[in-house]
Amino acid sequence: MSDMSQSAALDRRERVRNGLSRRHRGEAIFRGIGIAAIAIALALVGTLFWQVLSKGLPAFTQATLHLDVTFDEDVITAGPAPLRSDYASAAQYEAAFLDWRRALAGINWAALIEQAVRAEMPELDAEASDIRRLVDNNAGLTLRQMYQDDPALLNQTLNVALLGSADTDNWLKGTIDRSLPDARQQLSAVTRAIADRFAADGVISMDFAWHIFTNTDSRTAPASAGLAGAFVGSLYMMLVVVVLAVPIGVASAIYLEEFAPKNRFTDLIEVNINNLAAVPSIVFGLLGAAVFINYFRLPISAPIVGGLVLTLMTLPTIIIATRSSLRQVSPSLRQAALGLGASRTQMVFHHVLPLTLPGILTATIIGVAQALGETAPLLLIGMNAFVANIPGTPLDQSSALPVQIYLWQGNENRNFFEARTSAAILVLLGLMITLNAIAIFLRTRLERNK
Amino acid sequence: MSATETQASPVHQTVRTPDPNAHPARLKADAVSVFYGEKQALFDVSIDLPEKSVSAFIGPSGCGKSTFLRCINRMNDTIEGARVAGKITLDDHNLYDQSLDVVELRARIGMVFQKPNPFPKSIFENVAYGPKIHGLARSKADLEEIVITSLQKAGLFEEVKDRLHQPGTGLSGGQQQRLCIARAIAVGPEVILMDEPCSALDPIATAIIEELIDELRSNYTIIIVTHSMQQAARVSQKTAFFHLGKLIEEGPTEEIFTNPREKRTQDYITGRIG
Ligand SMILES: Nc1ncnc2c1ncn2[C@@H]1O[C@H](COP(=O)(O)OP(=O)(O)O)[C@@H](O)[C@H]1O
Ligand SMILES: [Mg+2]
Repeated sequence: MSDMSQSAALDRRERVRNGLSRRHRGEAIFRGIGIAAIAIALALVGTLFWQVLSKGLPAFTQATLHLDVTFDEDVITAGPAPLRSDYASAAQYEAAFLDWRRALAGINWAALIEQAVRAEMPELDAEASDIRRLVDNNAGLTLRQMYQDDPALLNQTLNVALLGSADTDNWLKGTIDRSLPDARQQLSAVTRAIADRFAADGVISMDFAWHIFTNTDSRTAPASAGLAGAFVGSLYMMLVVVVLAVPIGVASAIYLEEFAPKNRFTDLIEVNINNLAAVPSIVFGLLGAAVFINYFRLPISAPIVGGLVLTLMTLPTIIIATRSSLRQVSPSLRQAALGLGASRTQMVFHHVLPLTLPGILTATIIGVAQALGETAPLLLIGMNAFVANIPGTPLDQSSALPVQIYLWQGNENRNFFEARTSAAILVLLGLMITLNAIAIFLRTRLERNK
Repeated sequence: MSATETQASPVHQTVRTPDPNAHPARLKADAVSVFYGEKQALFDVSIDLPEKSVSAFIGPSGCGKSTFLRCINRMNDTIEGARVAGKITLDDHNLYDQSLDVVELRARIGMVFQKPNPFPKSIFENVAYGPKIHGLARSKADLEEIVITSLQKAGLFEEVKDRLHQPGTGLSGGQQQRLCIARAIAVGPEVILMDEPCSALDPIATAIIEELIDELRSNYTIIIVTHSMQQAARVSQKTAFFHLGKLIEEGPTEEIFTNPREKRTQDYITGRIG
């Protein structure tokens, strides 16, 4: 009898042991799959970042010429700047000043650059056009602005930093194949020779390209094209999103979660809000074009319209996240407040809302970060138009960061703009990462304070 | 007349030896029924609850003790789908009258819950919240006064006087529950409802709360739900036994425990049901 039960016990243990190895194997396999999945994901993200970084980082330095420019009076024929004291009325002075500026605009500033280059390389045998292609089209403007700001520069010689042209930059960075025959090069052999010589002498250096952050987009002077316009446009849109989506979203969430009766109608609203979160963004763009531009006659290409469209897209995110964080507040806290005679509103605003603040904040920031990267709907409301100004108000025409990426990606000067595009992507990614970091920081801060 | 009422009515008709120390009842329930949606959870409960004494509700889990307790300060209003029929009067005013303001009612009838639920704020803020929303304090000093006396009445002041501005959630379970009692007292209620206030506490904290309840009895009408018969016997003067949503028997605590008339009461207190 005891023998039998003993052997039965042994048998049982044996069976458990057999099963055990199978269970361990299953666990090991699952862990392996998990690690493999993470490795693949990391590899993909790594590749993406490597691609963008290796392409984009070089764009943050650009070939810049440091030339001794003489503001030669033979070239600058506009005469001295008018003085206020020479004119009887302000209006007259104003008119004279305008005339002077118009005269400045007519001056061949490129000639000053040409002189400076020739002075640097006295043995040079080059056409004026060879030299002009060396620098960015805006280089003349830079000199004009300098002179206009300080007419005392006349006949003085100054070391001026002038942006090299996109083609020069390509040549020196090797983004164009240096072994291509002359016919397929963007620059003439002479220009290329000057560039190489200047680069060797240190007249051309690779300087940090601040203008990426301070200039607007440019077609005539691609080397000086920047993100400022798109950045400010995006900023205005985010402003509109925060100002509209946060109060509306949070208020709707609070009403639906805390006050609305639970019936078929509110169920329907809930389902629709969830569906809204899944609507493709391009549909919101169509809606925006139809409603805000065609019906309400808001200006085309304006951040206000973009902001409104992005608000519509962000609302469901904020509503859903706010509701779920409201739901997480324990019922016992609500009972405590109500049991003391707090009204429902007091309960919500004194006790529930403070606890949900971190959740709402995170949802808002993540929603805004999502909106920041949205492109498709903006194309439909005309924000892909070329705009060479920094918008002064949300009603002015503007581009947006992701749209700028799209536009640069499509630029004909591939050699130059490929890096530029990646640089813009880096700026956008940087902003997103910053926003998300702020979200995480605030969340941990607020939760620690609880 | 429903069958349930005929069942409950003998209780009222029985002549008991009148308790010489019994207080008059200002709080009376008359044929109170509660429905959660379609389901009826409470059947025609009628009972008088004497003032300035402790009444205990006992009965097995799910018999409707909490449900009935929540009727008294209308916390059932906050439960989706809950519906109350019948009448509860305080000084002959029906608590379910249309004109009555629930907010005011809950200032007069305070509640302490099963799980200590202090606000995630400082000890001071916890107690001060009720007086603040009801506008009871005329000045800051006034408010401080209210907070301190409330904490004293709840027997907590000595333990927390040095850390009034630290979070109430940092206290021990028993202290938290006394904080909740202080918070309820601060509003100046006439009635305090307690729903199993010791079920989440250890025996020592329980003993302290029971002592406190006994002290509070001289100033407040206290109604306590408990699953512990010993507790009911220790703290209450009146006991009501509920079973399956019905009030089976009520009377002076001593009699319920020593000489119950109903067999179901007998079975419960001897541990055969529940
Ligand atoms: N919020 C609610 N919704 C639906 N049914 C409830 C709710 N609260 C309690 N009930 C039901 O009512 C009955 C009585 O519950 P309750 O009053 O909590 O009992 P007790 O406090 O005596 O344990 C139980 O059957 C319970 O399932
Ligand atoms: Mg209960």
